[in-house]
Amino acid sequence: MITIPFHKYGTPKYFYSWSLRLRPWLKYGCILLFTAGLVGGLWIAPTDYQQGESFRIIYVHVPAAWMSLFVYIVMALAGACGLIWHVKLGDIVARACAPLGAWFTFLALLTGSLWGKPMWGTYWVWDARLTSELILLFLYLGYIALQGAIDDRRTAARAGAILAIVGTVNIPIVHYSVEWWNTLHQGPTVSKLDAPSMDTTMLIPLLVMALAYNLYFVAVLFERVRCEILEFERNKNWVNELTQPKGIV
Amino acid sequence: MELEMSFFSMGGYAYFVWFSYGISAIVLLANALLPVMKEKKLLREIARRAREASKN
Amino acid sequence: MRDVLNVASAVVLRDLRRYVRRRQDAVQPLIFFVIIVTLFAVAVGPDAEIFAKIAPAGIWVAILLATTINLDTIFLSDYHDGTIEQLFLSPAPLPLIVGSKIFSHWCATAGPQIAISVIVAAAIGLELRVVGTLAATLLLGSPILSLFGSVSSALTIGLRGGAMLQALIILPLYMPTLIFSTSAMHNAALDLPITAEIYFLAGLAVMAASLAPFASATALRIRLG
Repeated sequence: MITIPFHKYGTPKYFYSWSLRLRPWLKYGCILLFTAGLVGGLWIAPTDYQQGESFRIIYVHVPAAWMSLFVYIVMALAGACGLIWHVKLGDIVARACAPLGAWFTFLALLTGSLWGKPMWGTYWVWDARLTSELILLFLYLGYIALQGAIDDRRTAARAGAILAIVGTVNIPIVHYSVEWWNTLHQGPTVSKLDAPSMDTTMLIPLLVMALAYNLYFVAVLFERVRCEILEFERNKNWVNELTQPKGIV
Repeated sequence: MELEMSFFSMGGYAYFVWFSYGISAIVLLANALLPVMKEKKLLREIARRAREASKN
Repeated sequence: MRDVLNVASAVVLRDLRRYVRRRQDAVQPLIFFVIIVTLFAVAVGPDAEIFAKIAPAGIWVAILLATTINLDTIFLSDYHDGTIEQLFLSPAPLPLIVGSKIFSHWCATAGPQIAISVIVAAAIGLELRVVGTLAATLLLGSPILSLFGSVSSALTIGLRGGAMLQALIILPLYMPTLIFSTSAMHNAALDLPITAEIYFLAGLAVMAASLAPFASATALRIRLG
């Protein structure tokens, strides 16, 4: 069995060096994917019969919404690692995830609202998904506020991990209850944010954009984690050696 | 010429589509660039302190 | 089993004695509740029909706000006099102690809250069916409020800006309870069955009861350990 030395590669020092080596790949991969996705979404994909050109908002709305959920799960898992196994990198990753997740949620809400205006005639509906996204935004803001209010970083990380785990249990409950409440009060409406069966030429740019957003998240997350490592490990020798020119004493 | 016009006006939904893409682009770019600038600044500061420490 | 009961009853009795001594801890949420409902009624205006339609929602929102403001009473006084650190040293499991504290908070606040809410609802002029549903949803909902409230209270104990932070944290946790309770009351007003909502509330209550004491105990250890 192949044993991966997690405790070696999970330390801040090793993370810094191997993530730095990954950076050019992530950067150019992102540029490539975003270009491909935008070209596919704005040019190649045909105009929707029902919604006209406004459906193109899907290419920035849906990836942002998917990421907002995905980042929350990453945040909760990383926090759990830090809490249960005392993995320092877990704490740092969780803390770095939160603002990114909040921004993704904000973008999902904003673009969803802008899509809603031409479609439903109003900027906001208490539709199940938008309401759940709003609650998710509150979850992120609560997490960020809690970590900001506690002075000791280690305690803050662990308290945040509890909050994230409780939130993860809560998200499906909230989503289900809002959806249930929504269909009961508004009658069976087909969710207009769903493109029921999408043409392949419309679907592929969406998947490309989703991949682009994912790669972007990884790249920016690593950057933020590196910054935190530099800021709070600056008393360690290996950090000072980073800045020395190699081979010269 | 016609193709470009329809591209920018997006069939009349120009405001909604371009605003969405625009804000997304601004938010994503800002979130990407700020940590990079911060990392460079931190590295500069660490190098400076190391130099001063070795002088003493 | 006897040890469990001994510990639990000791904690519950101590806390209940505290609530009796400092009656404002239990009375404040009630006063706040009445104030919010009054403001609501004044704001909506004299149109009785509209008010009757949104009264259930207003009552439940007032209950949530009043509970949130006073969640601190679960842990705060013990935090101030150092009892919590002492409790960490006790051989009894901390979740049991925390669960007992939550239970005593529920005992002290739920009974009066249900009573006042029913009186206010009847005074507003809601039908008997709706008032009965209010009592039922409160009976199932108040443990949920105390349980989830203890988690956010334990996480934010002693922090500056704690009340605002606590409200932000607790909002997503209270959402499902609010949704199902008000939905039940709407259905009752329309003469529809409320069994689905009651089942969901019961399920939520059981889930909260099995998770919250452990989450709160862990949160206390993290913050004050």
